[in-house]
Amino acid sequence: MARKLLLENINVPGIKSFDVYRAKGGYRSVEKALKTMSPDDVMEEVKKSGLRGRGGAGFPTGMKWSFLDRKSDKPRYLVCNADESEPGTFKDRFLMEYIPHLLIEGLIVSSYSLGSNTTYIYIRGEYRWIVDILEHAIAEAKHNGFLGKNILGSGYDLEIYVQPGGGAYICGEETALIESLEGKRGNPRMKPPFPAISGLYNCPTVVNNVETLATVVPIINMGGDEYAKIGVGRSTGTKLISACGHMNKPGVYEIELGLPVDEFLNSDEYCGGIRTGHTLKAVVPGGSSVPILPAELFYKTKEGVARLMSYESLSEGGFASGSMLGSGGFIAMDETTCIVRNLWNFTRFYHHESCGQCSPCREGTGWMEKVLHRLEHGHGSMSDIDLLVDIAKKIEGNTICPLGDAAAWPVASHIRHFREEFEYHVKFPEKVAHSPFAHSADYKRELNTVLQ
Amino acid sequence: MIKVTIDGVETEVEPGTTILNAARQIGGDLVPPAMCYYSKLKGSGGKCRTCLVKVAAGSAKDPRPMPKLVASCSTPVQDGMVVQNITSPEVLEARKGVVEFLLINHPLDCPICDQAGECHLQDLAFEHGSAKTRYEEERRTFDKIDIGSKIQLHMTRCILCYRCVFTANQITNERVHGILNRGDAAEIGTYIENVIENDFSGNVIDVCPVGALTDKTFRFKSRVWFVKPMYAHRNCDKCCGKTTVWMKGDEVFRVTGRKDQYGEVEDFICNDCRFEKKLASDWTVEGPAPIQRNSVQAQNKYLQGIKVDAPKNIGYGNISDR
Ligand SMILES: Cc1cc2nc3c(=O)[nH]c(=O)nc-3n(C[C@H](O)[C@H](O)[C@H](O)COP(=O)(O)O)c2cc1C
Ligand code: SF4
Ligand code: SF4
Ligand code: FES
Repeated sequence: MARKLLLENINVPGIKSFDVYRAKGGYRSVEKALKTMSPDDVMEEVKKSGLRGRGGAGFPTGMKWSFLDRKSDKPRYLVCNADESEPGTFKDRFLMEYIPHLLIEGLIVSSYSLGSNTTYIYIRGEYRWIVDILEHAIAEAKHNGFLGKNILGSGYDLEIYVQPGGGAYICGEETALIESLEGKRGNPRMKPPFPAISGLYNCPTVVNNVETLATVVPIINMGGDEYAKIGVGRSTGTKLISACGHMNKPGVYEIELGLPVDEFLNSDEYCGGIRTGHTLKAVVPGGSSVPILPAELFYKTKEGVARLMSYESLSEGGFASGSMLGSGGFIAMDETTCIVRNLWNFTRFYHHESCGQCSPCREGTGWMEKVLHRLEHGHGSMSDIDLLVDIAKKIEGNTICPLGDAAAWPVASHIRHFREEFEYHVKFPEKVAHSPFAHSADYKRELNTVLQ
Repeated sequence: MIKVTIDGVETEVEPGTTILNAARQIGGDLVPPAMCYYSKLKGSGGKCRTCLVKVAAGSAKDPRPMPKLVASCSTPVQDGMVVQNITSPEVLEARKGVVEFLLINHPLDCPICDQAGECHLQDLAFEHGSAKTRYEEERRTFDKIDIGSKIQLHMTRCILCYRCVFTANQITNERVHGILNRGDAAEIGTYIENVIENDFSGNVIDVCPVGALTDKTFRFKSRVWFVKPMYAHRNCDKCCGKTTVWMKGDEVFRVTGRKDQYGEVEDFICNDCRFEKKLASDWTVEGPAPIQRNSVQAQNKYLQGIKVDAPKNIGYGNISDR
């Protein structure tokens, strides 16, 4: 069994409650940090750990913390990003629902390090029941002296508030999140200024993902150097992966970064292989926005090197033949999957969620969805395929926030790797018009017949 | 002062100046088009993406190019920065894309649109667009909503530049309109069919780059090129009272703020001046106003043969721009 740091005690009965969590060694990192370490010491440990943000972009957390404007005399804020709306990603929810005190503990230590006396958990509105769980945990922590005024006699004060969002994917983008938290429409802000200089209420702010902040607990407990020994290269530590799709055992797994992808997908400890009787067609390894990989490029890079579950290995080959670890939303598809339909579905999501501020994303996502709708339903033409590639290219890199890229990458990669399946939809409209799922297995045979 | 080179032309600007404003200091063809930025409105810009430029060298200290195109209206200049606007094929390609996107949900109904002749999107499409669109799908439509007795909103034409929202936010005291919904379903509207009524609300018409917000007291009375813009003023206790009145003979057809060569008003004016003062006797007429660069009227060399004795430095810009 691989080492677990976050989910070590997940199966302990009653671990949701303060007493059981505490009896299992919970809140030790708060005691250690507040009693024996300065805020800078905590940050140093996080830096040493090599922890990279678990929200998607993988930016080094310690470095992000060091950008926080500490000279400003304004209050500083830590905001926990619990919006978790990327399709395929459901790991933060698991953590908050089943071991909420781990997040609260991580928040206290992180807030202490950043000098934040008011910290917010911005949570996806649809996670309503988790709001209650978190508020209960916060009340328990406060009752036991780990929150509120003068925590553990250290002179440090902290309040944590839970704020449910209105239910928009864009509110997970950190500057849109800040706007939303301020009670405004969740539109991303122009950068610079970055939140570290001017964020919530124009004060220095750090926004971190739930898993990132929870991971600060084991880092402080074991020390940054020890933590950094786990994993591979610059992908240190463990990572939660939410695995779904055509596999025998979908679920949330904690892996040590650097685990071979083959082992993750096929061993019984994790996904248990592609659903019985079927074969792997493609994988989206990091949430719906990252590029899709056909089975052969998923198991091995273009150079033939076996892939690992790590930031570097999954992005090996760039966007031509690689992808990203992203948020860890791992989606596996077997041979029954219609790639065109899948892409249409993804694109439908990004179209619906575009905030509408900038023209390429606002208009481009809708256009792509409509063209894909046509292709999927057998009304497309060959030129539509190139049109899609071109629209994606005109969106990518030209927008205010990365949602534009998130919408463009799946389109570009689905077509790059599965173009003939798109062509099949054009050539055999009668096959696709009424049976969205049945046809995908036939397409190679049919295409070959035509080509001969 | 810091140095920046745009399309090979070097200029010196104050630190903190954006690339767009540095380009405006130089003037001419190397000024990127701007549909959402409005120098008189705080926080505007960054949204339409028509002003994208390539930064071929970040600064003298760090001469690496920037990896992506940047919005020139919201990117500050660094000392030694080298910028490509119309000299970059990548920029022209991206801009063509932006125009195509903008025209998806903006109908080309120029012949019946009140903004014809003054529309920034017309100029943009002419300079950076392509004659054909690849868009075959259904376009969005809206029921017309009456937002007051003086202002007509044609949501179909709106390009969601947010200028009117910033205007309402920053210069009127009772903002009742804003953006509803998300993505391409987003629309300018008043929450639960309200009316826009306050002393400065008419300015949303002046800032709108397209024909989405129009003046009901002028609508369809004349094409703009049949009326003569004249600088005029009156004593006003609400605003500066300095306006452009658009006249045919002795008749005042409409009143607007005075605009500079980029179509931006110099001073916001009040609704009294704009909507109520429609008699020549309400105004002291100063003389013909210069024609804006981005106006089909400029194509007719309107200024030729007319003696212009309007104030020299207001709204002129480079002669070559016209
Ligand atoms: C459109 C969009 C949606 C995002 N949604 C989330 C989200 O739901 N949860 C999250 O943690 N980060 C999300 N992010 C990333 C955040 O902007 C930010 O990078 C992250 O919260 C930083 O946390 P980390 O440094 O701990 O990874 C999103 C980004 C974009 C562009
Ligand atoms: S890229 Fe899309 S989501 Fe992001 S700011 Fe622009 S319109 Fe909004
Ligand atoms: S109505 Fe005009 S000013 Fe307002 S957002 Fe639309 S285009 Fe811009
Ligand atoms: S003018 Fe710069 S993005 Fe609109």
